[in-house]
Amino acid sequence: MLDGYADAGNTMTQDHDMTQSPTDTRQTVAEFVGATKRFGEVLAADRIDLRIRRGEFLSFLGPSGCGKTTALRMLAGFESPTEGEVLIDGREVGGMPAYRRPVNMVFQHYALFPHMTVAENVGYGLRQRRPRLPKHEIADRVIRALATVRLDDFAQRRIWELSGGQQQRVALARAIINEPKILLLDEPMAALDAKLRGEMQRELLDLQRSLGITFVLVTHDQEEALSMSDRICIMGHGRIIQVGTPQDLYDRPRSRYVADFVGKANIVEGQIAARHSGWAQAALGNGVHVLVQDEPDDTRTHVDIAIRPEALSLVRRSDPTPAATAALPAMVTHRTFLGDHTEYLLTAEGIGTLQVNAPRAAERVAGGHDVGAYVHVLWPEQTGLVLAADS
Amino acid sequence: MRLYALAVYAFLYLPIGIIALFSFSAGRSASSMQGFSLQWYGRALNNPFVMEALWTSVRVAFLSALLATLVGTMAALALTGMRGRMRATFDLLVQIAVMIPGIVIGIATLIALVSVFGLVNPWLEAATGWKLSLGAGSLIGAHGLFTMSLVVLLVRGRMETLDPALIEASNDLGATPFGTFRQVTLPQILPAILAGFLLAFTFSFDDFIIAFFVAGAETTLPIYVFSSIRRGVTPEINAIGTMVMAASLTVLIVAQLLLRRSQAQQRR
Repeated sequence: MLDGYADAGNTMTQDHDMTQSPTDTRQTVAEFVGATKRFGEVLAADRIDLRIRRGEFLSFLGPSGCGKTTALRMLAGFESPTEGEVLIDGREVGGMPAYRRPVNMVFQHYALFPHMTVAENVGYGLRQRRPRLPKHEIADRVIRALATVRLDDFAQRRIWELSGGQQQRVALARAIINEPKILLLDEPMAALDAKLRGEMQRELLDLQRSLGITFVLVTHDQEEALSMSDRICIMGHGRIIQVGTPQDLYDRPRSRYVADFVGKANIVEGQIAARHSGWAQAALGNGVHVLVQDEPDDTRTHVDIAIRPEALSLVRRSDPTPAATAALPAMVTHRTFLGDHTEYLLTAEGIGTLQVNAPRAAERVAGGHDVGAYVHVLWPEQTGLVLAADS
Repeated sequence: MRLYALAVYAFLYLPIGIIALFSFSAGRSASSMQGFSLQWYGRALNNPFVMEALWTSVRVAFLSALLATLVGTMAALALTGMRGRMRATFDLLVQIAVMIPGIVIGIATLIALVSVFGLVNPWLEAATGWKLSLGAGSLIGAHGLFTMSLVVLLVRGRMETLDPALIEASNDLGATPFGTFRQVTLPQILPAILAGFLLAFTFSFDDFIIAFFVAGAETTLPIYVFSSIRRGVTPEINAIGTMVMAASLTVLIVAQLLLRRSQAQQRR
């Protein structure tokens, strides 16, 4: 069920639900096959194996220097892989220059041509076509592209007369007018303020749905990746760490790296006492046993266990413990009220620091907990997850 | 301190101001003011020797500036893509070329040209009955060679501030490397190229020292002025000097405006 590229070291990079053959280009629009990029001594991309599905919204997520931008630039044609292959529509494009590739990019700082008007910028790609397109066709398509990004009245404006959000729309129109096979977005939201960013994210999603073009986004903003992507490819140290849907990555991070990077997670040590078909009985540092998810083929006894702050809840020590729940004695050290929920930091005996997010609704009924209060942290069965060892 | 600065400026510019003033004199003396008239300007412009020298100067300045701009721009483009030791070496050579005194360049160019002519001419004359000699050609070459470094410095300075993402964006949108140069790079650096051309033009137009060595039988305007002075300074010389100065200043100001515009464009 895995694709045929033998690379035992990178089992975490492969998609388990991918069943097509390497030549099936109906579903796969682009593909990395062991793509590696070295800049001198630096390994910017390390044996990347990934298939990008036609029409999907895929994000490369990771901190700066993780290789996400290199991956994008290999697709665009600004870098060619040192080893391995990059395929677009089933064709190897390693040596194909950027100007012959059927992909277009929205640059981080937009890279609009300052000596051209908005319309001239947007029509630039069409003017490069050979044989030449008729002038009226270019003009028509420019008008339509500008309408798509709601800049109808800005055709004759100069670039520097536009706001940041408008410039980004121009960059978007300039790319989509060419009807690329893949639209590449290099941190396009980084230069916008928070409110505008949310607006642009929704617009981008609508655009992707109406155009049906494959979008590949590079970002270091996990919220952006979670809210927009069909799939996220998490990268670190030039390698793919895990690929999956946002929910997959949130619910089933396979490593500490992913658990830390996607959302917040408590990571505690545990000793495996018993295993049964994907579940494990683990003893925490304070001797309390919890039932957690595990990989069926895991044989380690000492493991890291991740649990989300919102999966845990707090009760007073005197309160009864509900069924199928472990109770961990702890003391509140910090309490931060955040409107819809309250964030607690606690010191749990034998475990260390835990974070618990209590929703506002629950606090209304049961009341909050003060700093210094002795409480029980409730850990429901089957909500924790054993993490694979970080490679 | 301000007084001191004032004195320095007076020392620098007063002689030039006096020449400009005396050029409007009605009398025959070049070193005193006797009434006001424009007669010396009229006389200078009607002097066929002055007009011929002026024409030579303009022709040499135009062609050498053209040469310097073409070669200098190409060199600047090539240098922008270079890194490391090669780059440092060429940078140094370009800067040295600007700093070397004109007289050294004049003598060095003369020696180089004469030796090359000595080597090539016997062979060339036998083959074609025609031989190389000092003249407008060598003047254009010498000026072009020297002013090329000015163009390199200006154009490269502009290239350094050009956003590389613009080039990538153009590539990404399907423009070939030449298409990108024509549609993106060239429009961005054009003001710097034009400024370089104008600077090279003024330099060549004003130059006396290098021209003195390599001009051969040609007479440029500065050479004409120099030889006239030996026959005595008249207000006519003052008038010529004032006109040359006015023309050069105008060109330099235009060049400066162009450079400022190109800087403003890149800030946007």
